[in-house]
Amino acid sequence: MGDAVSMKGVTKRYDGGVVALGPLDFDVSKGDFVSLLGPSGCGKSTALRIIAGLSAPTSGTVRIAGGGRSIGFVFQEPTLMPWASVRDNVALPLKLAHRPRADIKGHVEPALARVGLAEFAAAYPRELSGGMKMRVSLARALVTDPDILLMDEPFAALDEITRFRLNNDLLALWRDLRKTVIFVTHSVFESVYLSRRVVVMTPRPGRISAEHCIDTVEPRDEDFRTSAEYAAYCREVSAALSRAAGRP
Amino acid sequence: MTVSASSSPAGSEASERDRRAPVARVLLPVAVLGAGVLAWHFVVRIYAIPPYVLPGPMLVAATLVQDWPILWQSLLTTLLTTAEGFAAAAVGGIVLALLFNQSKWLEHALLPYAIILQVTPVIAIAPLLLIYLPQQTAVVVCAWIVAFFPVLSNTTLGLNSVDRNLEGMFRLYGASRLQALRYLKLPAALPYILGGLRIAGGLSLIGAVVAEIAAGSAGAGSGLAYRIAESGYRLNIPRMFAALLLLSVAGIVIYMGLAAVSHLMLRRWHESALRKEN
Repeated sequence: MGDAVSMKGVTKRYDGGVVALGPLDFDVSKGDFVSLLGPSGCGKSTALRIIAGLSAPTSGTVRIAGGGRSIGFVFQEPTLMPWASVRDNVALPLKLAHRPRADIKGHVEPALARVGLAEFAAAYPRELSGGMKMRVSLARALVTDPDILLMDEPFAALDEITRFRLNNDLLALWRDLRKTVIFVTHSVFESVYLSRRVVVMTPRPGRISAEHCIDTVEPRDEDFRTSAEYAAYCREVSAALSRAAGRP
Repeated sequence: MTVSASSSPAGSEASERDRRAPVARVLLPVAVLGAGVLAWHFVVRIYAIPPYVLPGPMLVAATLVQDWPILWQSLLTTLLTTAEGFAAAAVGGIVLALLFNQSKWLEHALLPYAIILQVTPVIAIAPLLLIYLPQQTAVVVCAWIVAFFPVLSNTTLGLNSVDRNLEGMFRLYGASRLQALRYLKLPAALPYILGGLRIAGGLSLIGAVVAEIAAGSAGAGSGLAYRIAESGYRLNIPRMFAALLLLSVAGIVIYMGLAAVSHLMLRRWHESALRKEN
């Protein structure tokens, strides 16, 4: 399988002269689940925004398989339009692409069903809990059937119970749909639980410091979360994160 | 009653207060109004104040009924002017704000003049407008001048307070400028626009009245404000009061109407229209 995303020597310097990122060399193969793990402000979100085309790199090249039109993005906040129903929020990417109405309906209903919100299609965002809003955001990212799913600390603001449930739902989605997922997080535990590859980044300017492959029995479930194997991986990645931050 | 209230937990006490609040909100102002009218009545009666100085409430009410055909015609004239000025202000303010939002050049070129128009007292502009424009047009233009600025500035504020992440999402999905305007900026600005319109409603009535008074001294016109000026010259004080009462009621109705429209349009999603307990 080829690379879904390929970054070569990518840097990002802000107008004030602060170097936020890089140089970063980073490839993600198709169908992989990769976490970018690092402390707050290390530029991992910036890297994700560059991949999405929301921000331009100062130098370096980014290649996206299929030209980058096929990207779904889940923001840190649910980022829903408060004036639109759940159905209209999820339909937005298709509406912006001028897809016919019947076609939109045919995609929105399954996307909502997939995240378990079929009955809430007519609800407004303010009527939903934080976890449900995040599910709507996920459904919106999936509705265009993108090849690559970019997620920017999507569950950071949720309580632990909701976060664990969404972690499992996300894994199930990934198993069913086999999309390439790049997941930004600052949680060691989340990155080990979810991803097949954990990329540890240094503090600003963010560079890749270490990579860990999480090879375990699939599918992962709550048993994995409480296993000795999981604890060992977490210890290993945790140590790598400390080294990346310059602490022994 | 007092004992049971003080011994009950704080929560139920608060809910009881909530339940009583609407009653108090309606009854208290009505009681104040009643007391004021009574005091007015007795002051006029006891001191035997002549009606050309201060007419009593009964006389004002009688004048309202007796002069109703004239006053009703005048009210319609004033309301028509107000409505025209308001419509022009709403359309002008929103369209100008949209143009400013699309082109910074246009904003830099025109905004100072919008502000100058706003800060110059309309009572001073009205006589000039009456020289250059047909009377009815001049009156509507006055109402427009007073009312359009709140719409312009509120709409501008609304268009500029769009959520940055939502904006990024629209860019990610390749939204055109028109799509971003229609599906993102206008809905996001709607609460602000409605707030501006609510202010503009009352202001266009003020603008219409000011212009009518200015025009009235020039001889023509038949709006309510003109009736007030005319009754003043003729020392017909009861009719002055009756016309003033009608103007107040018109202002209240305009405000309540616009507030209701705003509530209906925002009730599903905006914080301002949500009930506290939800």
